[in-house]
Amino acid sequence: MSARGGRARLVPYLVGLPGGLWLVLFFVVPLLVMFSLSLQSGNAEEGFRFTWAWSNYTDAWDFYSTQFIRSIVYALIVTGLCLVLAYPTAYWIAFYGGARKTTYLFLILLPFFVSFVIRTASWKFILNDEGFLLGPLKDAGLLPQDFHLLATTTAVLGGLTYNYLPFMVLPLYVALERIDPSLVEAAHDLYAGRASAFRRVVLPLSLPGVFAGVLITFVPVASDFVNSGILGGTQTTMIGNVIQTVYLRNNDYPLASAMSFLLMAALLVGIFTYARALGTEQVMEVSQR
Amino acid sequence: MTVATREAPPEVAPAPAVPGGRRRWTRLILPTYTWLMILYFSLPILVMIVFGFNDTKGRLNLRWQGFTLHWYTDLFSIPALTTALRNSLIIAVISTVISTVIGTMIGLALGRYRFRGKGAYDLMIFSAISAPELVLGASLLSLFVTTQFVRGFVTIVIAHVAFSVSFVAVTVRARVLGLDPSLEEAAQDLGADPWTTFRKITLPLLAPGIVAGALLAFALSIDDYVVTSFVNGQVETFPIWVYGATRIGVPPQVNVMGTLIFLGGAAIAVGNALLARRQRA
Repeated sequence: MSARGGRARLVPYLVGLPGGLWLVLFFVVPLLVMFSLSLQSGNAEEGFRFTWAWSNYTDAWDFYSTQFIRSIVYALIVTGLCLVLAYPTAYWIAFYGGARKTTYLFLILLPFFVSFVIRTASWKFILNDEGFLLGPLKDAGLLPQDFHLLATTTAVLGGLTYNYLPFMVLPLYVALERIDPSLVEAAHDLYAGRASAFRRVVLPLSLPGVFAGVLITFVPVASDFVNSGILGGTQTTMIGNVIQTVYLRNNDYPLASAMSFLLMAALLVGIFTYARALGTEQVMEVSQR
Repeated sequence: MTVATREAPPEVAPAPAVPGGRRRWTRLILPTYTWLMILYFSLPILVMIVFGFNDTKGRLNLRWQGFTLHWYTDLFSIPALTTALRNSLIIAVISTVISTVIGTMIGLALGRYRFRGKGAYDLMIFSAISAPELVLGASLLSLFVTTQFVRGFVTIVIAHVAFSVSFVAVTVRARVLGLDPSLEEAAQDLGADPWTTFRKITLPLLAPGIVAGALLAFALSIDDYVVTSFVNGQVETFPIWVYGATRIGVPPQVNVMGTLIFLGGAAIAVGNALLARRQRA
């Protein structure tokens, strides 16, 4: 469909315009507004004024570096756990799933048909101190009466791992499924054992999936606040919880904006370094499945 | 959320048999592990479904106290919860319609044409998909606070369209890129004008991609807590209500609603897969 004249050349702009406008107005502009807000000072009653208040950024770090660091550490641990837990499953489905591959994937994706909040609430219910799991164990004297899982780091990490595991399985599966089985056979013909065929053929070819999986797990985990909000306590507060509180309860918009911006900048730098290393197309392709 | 695999590659031959029975049990490790994972994935869902039938006395639904169906008959006995669910459904329908229409248009523009500024579109869509939800919510709140726009129903719809439109666009674009151009050329050769060609040929061919995008947009909207929590003002959606309820204990009606939404979603997905299989056959 070549551009035949002035009018034809306008077509893509007109077709893409409404959606593009929406994204500019409600994605790009808000980011700019948030950046401007992060440099303002004042208070909620009298309003905020733009004063190049870089102190919001240093304040954000001074007040909440613990939660910042905790979020990054949690995200690293959870991403690692997800990778280790997801790889064998993705591998088995991709290579040995046969005709039932889609069924297995569907079963893995089942959690997505239940609301994220309800899934997490369900874990809170399962892990409850007096619930159907811990209650009987305590009654039987197998656990001390004051044993609890809720409001601990274990509960938050467990909830995060559960909720983001499918995000890791999918890209791994996509990458593994693409590997031509005859390559593995060729390795065997060349006297590679199972271990070395895996290490030298399958693993390197699955690395794009590993990178994509790490990316689409790490970013949402680092900024998650639902899991620590529902399953955690004061010792597990993540940066997302802080940002939500400072925005909605303290109404300290400049400080909250500065925190969001710091978080986003840190994550975006990570994303684009990854995307650069891999090629955007590949990351996009994997993330849209 | 289509997980349709492409043409199934030829069955993988199991690794060359090693003499001796040692392989036999090691070959069971991975399938067993996978089934354990599937069990782990379904555990909270099973618990949710089972405890929707629990004959609990107080508000706290903690231990099994006998079977009842009365949470199903009393499904709408908590007015605030019912309102929240209705809000969620209305918002999901409106935002799905808007994002499907404008997202499809972006998908067409990006999949079909080369034009100046295409790179900017790609970058914007890629960023919108990969930006953490927290940042989307926080930045929209910054916009609404600065412009003193009253937060409520409208701002929730605006936000939901903003995060789902990119997903629709990439889904439709993938479909556009897979179209066989000769079909449209044939229609034009047979005398169809561009608009007729679009309506009779292009649109029906794109339909599966558009439907997939719309389902995705609906699922994202009805499930969203993070972005909504920043822009909802006084309006409560289903996830917002449930999140608030986790502090004091989730009533069994939530289990029932979760179960019904789960069954509805799973039925649509299975139906979709079966339909696709029949069309291919």
